[in-house]
Amino acid sequence: MIRSDALLPILVMLPLSLALLLLLSGRWGRFLSLAGMVLTTALAALLLSHGGQPLHHAMGGWPAPLGIGLRADGLATLMVMMTALVCSAALIYGEYWFDGAKAEQGRQFRPLAWLLWAGVNALLLADDLFNLYVTLELLTLLAAGLAALMATQAALTAALRYLMVALIASTAFLLGVALLYGATGTLALELISIRVAANPQPVLVVAMALMVGGLALKAALFPLHGWLPPAHGGAAPPVSALLSALVVKASFYVVLRLWMGPLAPLTGGVGPVLGVLGGMAIVWGGWQALRQHNLKMVVAYSTVAQMGYLFLAFDLLQGAGYASALNGMVLQAVAHGLAKGAMFLAAGALVVAAGGYRVDQLQGMASRQPLAVTALAVAGISLAGMPPTAGFAGKWLLLQAAWLNGQWLWLAVMLAGSLLTASYLLKVVAVTFLPAPVAASVGCGQRLGGVALMLALLALLAGFAVMPMLQLLAPVATTGGWL
Amino acid sequence: MTSALGYAIAGALLVAMGLAAMLLHHHLVRRLIAFNIMGGGVFLVLLGLAPGHGEQADPVAQALILTGIVVAVAATGLALALARRLHQAGGDVRLDHPSSREDDDDQK
Amino acid sequence: MRVVAHRLIVAGCTVVGLALVYAVVNVQGPAPDLALAVSGALAESGVSHPVTAVLLNFRAYDTLLEVAVMLVAPLVAAALPTTAPAPAKPTNDPVLQALAAVAVPLALLLAIYLLLIGASRSGGAFHAAAVLAGALVLLQLATGRSLPAWLTPTRQQPLLILGLALFCAVGWLSLLLGGYFLGYPPAWAGVMILVIESGLTLSLALALWRLMP
Repeated sequence: MIRSDALLPILVMLPLSLALLLLLSGRWGRFLSLAGMVLTTALAALLLSHGGQPLHHAMGGWPAPLGIGLRADGLATLMVMMTALVCSAALIYGEYWFDGAKAEQGRQFRPLAWLLWAGVNALLLADDLFNLYVTLELLTLLAAGLAALMATQAALTAALRYLMVALIASTAFLLGVALLYGATGTLALELISIRVAANPQPVLVVAMALMVGGLALKAALFPLHGWLPPAHGGAAPPVSALLSALVVKASFYVVLRLWMGPLAPLTGGVGPVLGVLGGMAIVWGGWQALRQHNLKMVVAYSTVAQMGYLFLAFDLLQGAGYASALNGMVLQAVAHGLAKGAMFLAAGALVVAAGGYRVDQLQGMASRQPLAVTALAVAGISLAGMPPTAGFAGKWLLLQAAWLNGQWLWLAVMLAGSLLTASYLLKVVAVTFLPAPVAASVGCGQRLGGVALMLALLALLAGFAVMPMLQLLAPVATTGGWL
Repeated sequence: MTSALGYAIAGALLVAMGLAAMLLHHHLVRRLIAFNIMGGGVFLVLLGLAPGHGEQADPVAQALILTGIVVAVAATGLALALARRLHQAGGDVRLDHPSSREDDDDQK
Repeated sequence: MRVVAHRLIVAGCTVVGLALVYAVVNVQGPAPDLALAVSGALAESGVSHPVTAVLLNFRAYDTLLEVAVMLVAPLVAAALPTTAPAPAKPTNDPVLQALAAVAVPLALLLAIYLLLIGASRSGGAFHAAAVLAGALVLLQLATGRSLPAWLTPTRQQPLLILGLALFCAVGWLSLLLGGYFLGYPPAWAGVMILVIESGLTLSLALALWRLMP
């Protein structure tokens, strides 16, 4: 009989094993991928049905300090579910995107995307500092490889620039791990928390700076965001969706985990720094998105702005607003993942139909690509934080936290950010309703837009599941996760 | 000062030197060499700081370093593969090099 | 402009270096209880070398993910459409050929030795794979060919994933038998580790070899 907590390793091993099978299978790959999608999403739902009760699995049967643990609480559970939805949508979209002349690329995309799914799940469930490093590296290399998949000069340059930045970031993170290991003698997150609290020595501050700095670089926090727009904007649409919805989010997730756990006693001075950088990211990213003429760059800069909310919230994670801020952060992360994934998929469909990347080429798309335009609009409503979406709930809770803490500046910045988001998205959507200049019809069905719309509707539906999500998070929000 | 601490200090200096080289150089191969020097420095710090256990080095730290080396090899290999394709595609493997940028003052 | 930027970088990195030296000098290390835990559990690990025990048993999951990382580079390299296949260039260098004739068989022997000795001393799959890949590179440089012609890139695929597949298979087996992931029964641990390491040696050597242009 399989142990009930075996669900955790299976959530990692199933995507990984499928990636291996897909490397060997020829024509059956498509069906294998589809079956795996259903199965893995069902397993994520099974984890959801545990209702946020902490689940723990000791890898190899060796308990924590000696072995590596996997652990799922409400936070990890929600992120695993979001990952399953985004990956499924990107994989289905990939089947339509990579056909005909691009079929060979599609055969390469499938196993890499499945490896990415395994890597994200492994990161979300990791309960060990060095294991987090290995999963981060797996994601980094996969992200660079996937971003380069188009093999154009621009894509390769963007992928390499991303890789160089990410390697510096990884080295900084690993150095932080080395210092933490030297100072606490363990890699298990819970034990590190206890030992850090018992002896908060100066070296830990250096370790924290290295780790948070490295992760901020990988999460494209302002002013370290320069690599993101070309890398995410230049990749194939299903790849952009995976990178923007999941990979940058993974680095944020690690910061959050460390923030609530091992680094909790040291966070005092760092919160305001992340708050300022996050606030500047909201304004600068939003402003740049408004100025872009390339549709995919609008969406990519929007990621810079939305990641800003997640980092600004670290400064709200204190005092009376702690629980609101944490809930808001997680809802914002989930909502942004779904909405941004949908947005990149919709942008891909529009770019194909319009035959170009420029926003002004989108005239008439509302009638020619109604599904894609609807997806863009629905995802945009969620990103701008309008009801009834999950994005609204997340931003509302963040505003509430700023209100409770009396952090009026952040309140103003977040409201301004929503206004900017609404402006740049409205600008794009409005163009699609203008009459088309020429009745040129590029052969492209509605299927790409349809997949994008499904993901966008999930972002909308998540807005009605806010209460259950908050219930899942309740134990995390009150205990800070680990202790 | 123990020899272990000496390793850790040497490692810290190597990291700083590698970081400087990585930021100062533009050619990808040089940057990758610098990255590997940084990585070597981190491994020295990891080994030098690992909790002592008599005369034998901490086996966990040794295992972490072996894992780290393999990850660094994989990253270097991927970067070289990408750089080769970029070169074939006619791109400049000196990322952000002044000659490939129009907004630089030094070009005149 | 560039001179200023260079000076700023050098100054910044000096500050970073000094901060790091300050940090490592001031670490108050804890008691080495983890190393003691490793020695305590060594008898049940199936091997007698503590580093191998950590890599292939106590923290085997890290190693599994690391092998997945190692797989990414050759997969991506194969996925990028190349303009022209890399031409094989036999050098016809008599010194290189004489060296290869002596060194390649020795390297093969050394790789097998390293693989087997890993259970009790420094060695194991990663060392063996590096030596094996080195032998292949030398062979390629000396003679212009290394792997047999029938082993085309498509046919290499099963060999490339063999190590990770064995690792995963053992993991699934341990879960399906009701145990923990990669939790080997102590009596079988030594055999399991050797099987996984043998597969890893071949796969990692091929992965390293595939990175050569």
